[in-house]
Order: sequence, then structure tokens, then C-alpha cells
Amino acid sequence: MRRYVVRRLAQAVGVLWAAYTVSFLVLDFLPGDPVSAMAGAGMDSGQPDPAQLARLRHEYGFDKPVLVQYAEYLGRAVRGDFGDAVSTGRPVTATLADALPQTLQLTGAALLLAVVLGGGLAVVATYTSRRWLRQLLLSLPPLGVSVPTFWVGLLLVEAFSFELRWFPAFGNDGLRGLVLPALTLAVPTGAQVAQVLAKSLLTALDQPYVETARAKGAGRWRVHLRHALRNASLPALTVVGLLVGQLIAGSVVVETVFSRDGLGRVTAAAVTTQDIPLVQGVVVFGALIFVATNLLVDLVYPLLDPRIVVAPDRRAGFA
Amino acid sequence: MTDDAPGKGAPDENGEDVTAPLLEIRGLSVSYRTRGGVVKAVRGVDLDVWPGQVTAVVGGSGSGKSTTAHAVIRLLAANGTIDAGTVRFGRHDLAALSEAELRTVRGARIGLVPQDPTVSLNPVKRVGEQVAEVLRIHGLATRRSAAAEAVAVLDRAGLPDAAVRARQYPHELSGGMRQRALIAVAIAARPALIIADEPTSALDVTVQRVILDRLQHLTEESGTAILLVTHDLGVAADRAHRLVVMEQGRVVEAGETRAVLADPQHEYTRRLLASAPSLTTARPRTPVNTSPGSAAPPDTAVPLVEARNLVKEFRLPRAGGEARTLRAVDDVSLTLRRGRTLALVGESGSGKSTTARLVLRLAEATSGQVLFDGTDVTTAGGASVRQLRRRAQLVYQNPYASLDPRFSVGEVITEPLRAFKVGDRASRLDRARELLDRVALPAATLERRPAELSGGQRQRVAIARALALSPDLVVCDEPVSALDVSVQAQVLDLLAELQADTGVAYLFISHDLAVVRQIADQVAVMRAGRVVETGPPEELFSEPRHAYTRELLAAIPGGRAPSPSTVTATVRGPL
Repeated sequence: MRRYVVRRLAQAVGVLWAAYTVSFLVLDFLPGDPVSAMAGAGMDSGQPDPAQLARLRHEYGFDKPVLVQYAEYLGRAVRGDFGDAVSTGRPVTATLADALPQTLQLTGAALLLAVVLGGGLAVVATYTSRRWLRQLLLSLPPLGVSVPTFWVGLLLVEAFSFELRWFPAFGNDGLRGLVLPALTLAVPTGAQVAQVLAKSLLTALDQPYVETARAKGAGRWRVHLRHALRNASLPALTVVGLLVGQLIAGSVVVETVFSRDGLGRVTAAAVTTQDIPLVQGVVVFGALIFVATNLLVDLVYPLLDPRIVVAPDRRAGFA
Repeated sequence: MTDDAPGKGAPDENGEDVTAPLLEIRGLSVSYRTRGGVVKAVRGVDLDVWPGQVTAVVGGSGSGKSTTAHAVIRLLAANGTIDAGTVRFGRHDLAALSEAELRTVRGARIGLVPQDPTVSLNPVKRVGEQVAEVLRIHGLATRRSAAAEAVAVLDRAGLPDAAVRARQYPHELSGGMRQRALIAVAIAARPALIIADEPTSALDVTVQRVILDRLQHLTEESGTAILLVTHDLGVAADRAHRLVVMEQGRVVEAGETRAVLADPQHEYTRRLLASAPSLTTARPRTPVNTSPGSAAPPDTAVPLVEARNLVKEFRLPRAGGEARTLRAVDDVSLTLRRGRTLALVGESGSGKSTTARLVLRLAEATSGQVLFDGTDVTTAGGASVRQLRRRAQLVYQNPYASLDPRFSVGEVITEPLRAFKVGDRASRLDRARELLDRVALPAATLERRPAELSGGQRQRVAIARALALSPDLVVCDEPVSALDVSVQAQVLDLLAELQADTGVAYLFISHDLAVVRQIADQVAVMRAGRVVETGPPEELFSEPRHAYTRELLAAIPGGRAPSPSTVTATVRGPL
């Protein structure tokens, strides 16, 4: 068990390094640099002073060869120092730390909604014996996956903010302000949870052990929830782990649509201004959350399914 | 048909009338909706089960025996419906009860022992919990007492160390132990009737005997009646008081086991009896096998296959830091002559398949030697292994999985020819046609897909494929285990016939001694990786020297048939 965790942590470090390196290379290939982008944005009246730009570039180290820059940044990043954001001059880690709580609220609420609504839909759709209801419910997830997030957001704002005036249309205004963005973000996520869970529930309900349970005299709910659901939950759990990454990505759109402060908007701003240190920070941080979630998911598997033994020794085994 | 008086009445603790059947099925019809239309699986079945008796329903696959059994407690597949008939159980007609009323019968008054113990327990729940669940559902135990009760029931079902097993998960138990756990589930609420649907067909023969003994013991002890569904006439003959023979959804014959076996009235029952391998003592063999050397090449000095002191070890996952190995094959030496059949017999895990894989060089031996036609092929590589592949072919156990579903039968058969670039397109097709003729399939089969064929037909196609390159050796890995008994006999006949015609040698792997007796010239009994006894089948069967061989022989169902002499007297040979 401990060896397994250690090995997985080593893998996680590898993933983080790869994320850092790839994002560094991509940003380096982009035309222009943050200094000119900043200068263009900040001083739209008149030409920026070339000497001043050169000084700024030197200050940030943008005039050095790429490999040297990479080595320097990586060396500092390992120690937790991602430098200062070019656009604001504040340390990257501080900027991220400020934005984090808002985004965690948003993605956490969205994940909860996605699991509860998506899981609920899957359970009800596979339980009901009314054909039309099942067909109707099972046709919702593909719809939820295929509509664009921003469009769902706009529809929700139109209906619940402008028409009904139940929830605010934008801002970070407490719990009421969280409802619409979280719902928007939960729609595609929950749809995927529902799709996978419904499919694996139907598979589980076809298994011989379900017949054994029915032969015991178990009622339908007992069969459905105590026997099929737990067996069916593993594939859904895997999907949830992967969806966390999607939620972080989705927060960029949702926070922009709802004008919420948070990691997503920091990311959007950093990309438009080519704020390399900040983008790097966001990428590594996103990868960190993703890797951590999936490690957690892997550690939960054995609790749900006793057949899964953590720490399989891959070198041994039967031919 | 079902009107004769019950045999011996059993004490009836449920206060029911022992002079009346416990279960009375009348005019039962069940159909399945499929894409191809409505399939009538059961057509007007009448069937009685008397208290305290074992009633066996026998028939081939598709005879409707399993559907009939499941229809009793209305556990049919989602596309199955009961079209007509009554299922009287006690005072109720189970076919007319509401779902909620039926739930008070299922598990409490009627228990079910399912077919495949390896998949019939919930993999994520502890064994004890699953037994306790029955008691909890029917309010026979409280949350607290259920756990202890479950252990007691597991013990009653014959599971050793019940208290330990109760805390384990199904995957930690062997197949036989799981089936005992499922028996515990079925008997937990002390039902009046147990429906056992092929309860042992997924188990080894010695385990089968233990399970059936346990079921029988329970009947005698508590007066529980059993409706036993089985394809194995031998099992039915050993265990059942009454026999119901089904064919194509109808009951063709029913009566006391002794009477039915001694004097079968219906044509189908006679055919079933004739082809049941476990009930025939000796099969009329094709001449070439009884008089060795007539068509097959003479016993030359060089055997076709010679294995010397083969050892195969597998590394096991580390536990406690120590590297462990499993000796799957342990010092095995075998000799197979041209045109002969050597059978490897043993239970699952005895190393017989691994031995065959070593001979075929599909696995590397840890030590020892394999000689093929005098040449050492143990360490041969590249071209000489390819040459070996051409001369040694394989027929697998499961004809449903071993044929590529996207190939036509013609493509399946000619694939080895294509792989070795033998002939051109036209000549390969000619060869395929000839081979189909050999295995007694019409030439039109060439264009069909495996999915359109029955299990027996598919196995014929697999045999044709194995023979395409005119090999010297065909390894048959349980070639008839997945087939109905009547089809088994046909395929075994075909194999014998092909051997007589082509002089091919068979390495025949089977867990079924009764099958082996019909086909082998030489038998090697394997246990835990070792060959414990070898000899010609007649000798092995009449005077087994090793204790394990005797145990295997004793476990063959049908050995306790009421009057085997009368049975074999009516047997004139396969179809």
C-alpha cells in the first residue's frame, strides 16, 4: 500500500513536470511576449519606449536563451516560486491563492450537483418500469453533453435572473450568486456521470447475482440500490475523477459568462496578456488538482470493490 | 404421466398434505420476445414435485428446462412472459400472485441455487452478509442475530470454517465453496422447495459430488423438496426420485427415475440415454482404434510427441516480501504415438492445459524437454517453431469464442492455409469444401457466419480448421465440454472417424473421465501438476491403482444409477 502511494506520487511529479514543460514550450512558440502585450494594452496612446521595453524584458529574463529561461523558471517553480505576474507584479502564488476559494466553491458545488442530479437521473431512469419515462430520462444526458456551456449559462440567466429574478446574473454574491454558475457547470458534467452510471447500472442489473438477490425475495429498491448500484459505481467514479479536470477548464467559461472572480478568470486574463509566469502557475496548479483527485479515486476503489487490491506487482503474475 | 402416487412420503414440517404434490405445474407456456419474433420456449408443461423428493428435469440446451424452473418463481429474463398455465404451490397459484406477494414466497418458501457460482454472488458484499440478507428480508432475524445465524446456515450448507468464510468476499472462495454459500442462501429460511438450476455444471467432478451429496443430505434431513434442472442424465439418475424429460419446450416423458431409465418410452429419452457418456460403460469404437495399426502408421520407434520431465513454474505476486512460485507442471513425462490418442485427465488447476501449451510451444518450459517427431523443439525458435505450428493444431473448448465472428466459415477454415501460403484462392476453397464434407457439414455452410451455427456445428468448423494443414497432431482442449450430451457423442464420433481416415494423433484434454473413456488409447491422470497414473483406459477404469484415480472414478455421475446393467443393455451405441 505504501509502495503504491509512493509510486503514484512519483508518477504525479512526472505529470506535473510534463505539464509545466509543455505549457512552457507552447507559450514560448507564441508570437510576441508579455512585455509588448502589456505595453500595448497599458499605453495605447503613443509608441512604447523601446529602451524601456528592453529594460523590462531584461528584468523578467525574457532576453535570455529559451533553455536558460526554462531552467531558471523550473528551478524556482520546484521551490514553489512561480515568480511575479507580469501584468500586475504580484506573486503568482498569491494571485492563485486569492482566486482559489471562489473557484473551489464553484467547482465543488458543481461537482456535488453533477453527482446528485446525474446519479439520481441514472438511478431513476434504470429503476422505472414506465418505458416512456425511461426513454425520456435517458435522452437527457446526451443533450446535456452536446449543448455548449456558455449557451446553457445564458439561458439560465435569461430565465432565472431576468425573467423570474430569483438569482443574480453575475458576481460573487454568496450562496445565491453561486446557484446559476454551479448549475451551468454541472450540466455537462452531470450528464456524463448519468450516462456512465446508467449504462453500468443496466449492465449490473443483468448480472446473475441480481437474480440471486431477487430469488431471496428482495424488493426492487433493495436490488437496485444495495446490489446493483455499488457494483455500478466504479466506472462512474472513474469518470468523476476525470471530470474534475473538465470542471476546472469549464470554470474559465462559466466565470467569464457570470463575471465571477476566480481561477478561470485569472486564467483567461493571463492568456490574453500572455502573462507567462501566471499561465504556468495556473497550468501546474490545475495539473496538481487533477492528479490529486485521481490518486484519491484510485485509493477509494478498494473500499468499493474488495476484488481490487492496491499495489499490484506488475512484474509478477500468471502467464 | 404425473399421476402416479408419490414414492416415499417425507415428514412435512409445514403441515402440508403429503399425499398431494408440493408444486403442481399445469399447462405452463412461456415465450420470449426476440428480434426474430416470439420464441415459445415452454409449451404446455405439466410437472409435479412431491414433498421431500428430488425431481429432476433433464433435456438438451433449448429444451426449456431452465425456463420452466425459473417460471415457477417468475424470475424470467426481461423479455420472457408466462402466456398460460398455473403454478400451484401450497394454496397459491404463483403465476397469479402479485409481485409483492411473490416476494414473500421467494427465498422464504422456495430457494434457488443458481447455475454458475462464480458470478451468482454479489462480488462487493461479504459472504455472511449475503446469507444474512435472506433472514433480514423475511424478518427471520434481527440485524444483530442475523450475522450469527448466517454462520450457522453456512455451516449447515457444508462450508468448512463457516465463521471465517462469512467474513470473506466471494472472490476469496473457490467455486465449490461459493456454491455452498449459495446453497446456504437457498436454505437459510428453511424453504419447502429448492430449485437447483444446473447447480454443479460449472464445477469439477469431485466437487460436484460433494455439492450434490450436501443437497441430498439436506433433503433427507429437513424434508425439503428439490427441483433439479440438469443436462446430465447421470446426475439425474443418481439423485432424483422422479425424472421429467423435456424436449423443445415439451415434457416428453415423466415418471419414477428407475422406471424411466429401465424402460424409456419416448424416442428422445432413448437417444438421451444412448448418448449420455457417463451411463455407457464402453463405446463401440471405430475399428481402427480397437485394432491398432490397421490404417494408422505402425508404431515406429520414434513417437510423435515425447515430453521428458517437463516443469513449468509461474511467479506469484509477492506476499510478505518473499518471492513465491507455483509449480503448474511438475516433472511430467508423456509419450504420444502417431495416429493415437493420449488423454490428459484432471480437475481444473491440475496442469493439463499448461502441459499441452508446453508441448505446442505456446509457453516456455522452466525445465525439461519436448521432442516432436524425434526433434528437440524445447528451445527451437523462429522457423522451426513455425514448422511445428504447421504440424500441430489446436481445437479449443469454447466454439462460441474460438471462431472470429466477422469471418465467414470459409474464411475461418482457410485461414491456416492463407497463413502458410498454401495453394491459391481456388484450391484453398476446394480444400475448405472437402474439409466441410469431412466434418459432415453441407457445402453451403462455407458462406455462413459462425453466429448462424449451433455449438456442435461450430465445433465441427473448428475441427475442420485444425485439419486444414493435414497436421500430425491436434490438441483438443475440452472439445466437447461446452456441448450438449447428444452433440458431444456426435463430435467424439467425428474425431474418431477423422483419426481413422487421416492418421492424426490427438492430445485430448478433459476433466470428464466418461468422455475420455470413449476416445483415448492412453490416459494420463494429472493432479497438482503431476501425472499420478497412466495406462490404457480399460485398465485404468477397471483397476485404478492410484487413490486419486479411484476418487475421480467414484465421482462420475451415473455410477449410482438404480440399475446400470439394465440401462446399458438398452444402449446400442451413439445415434
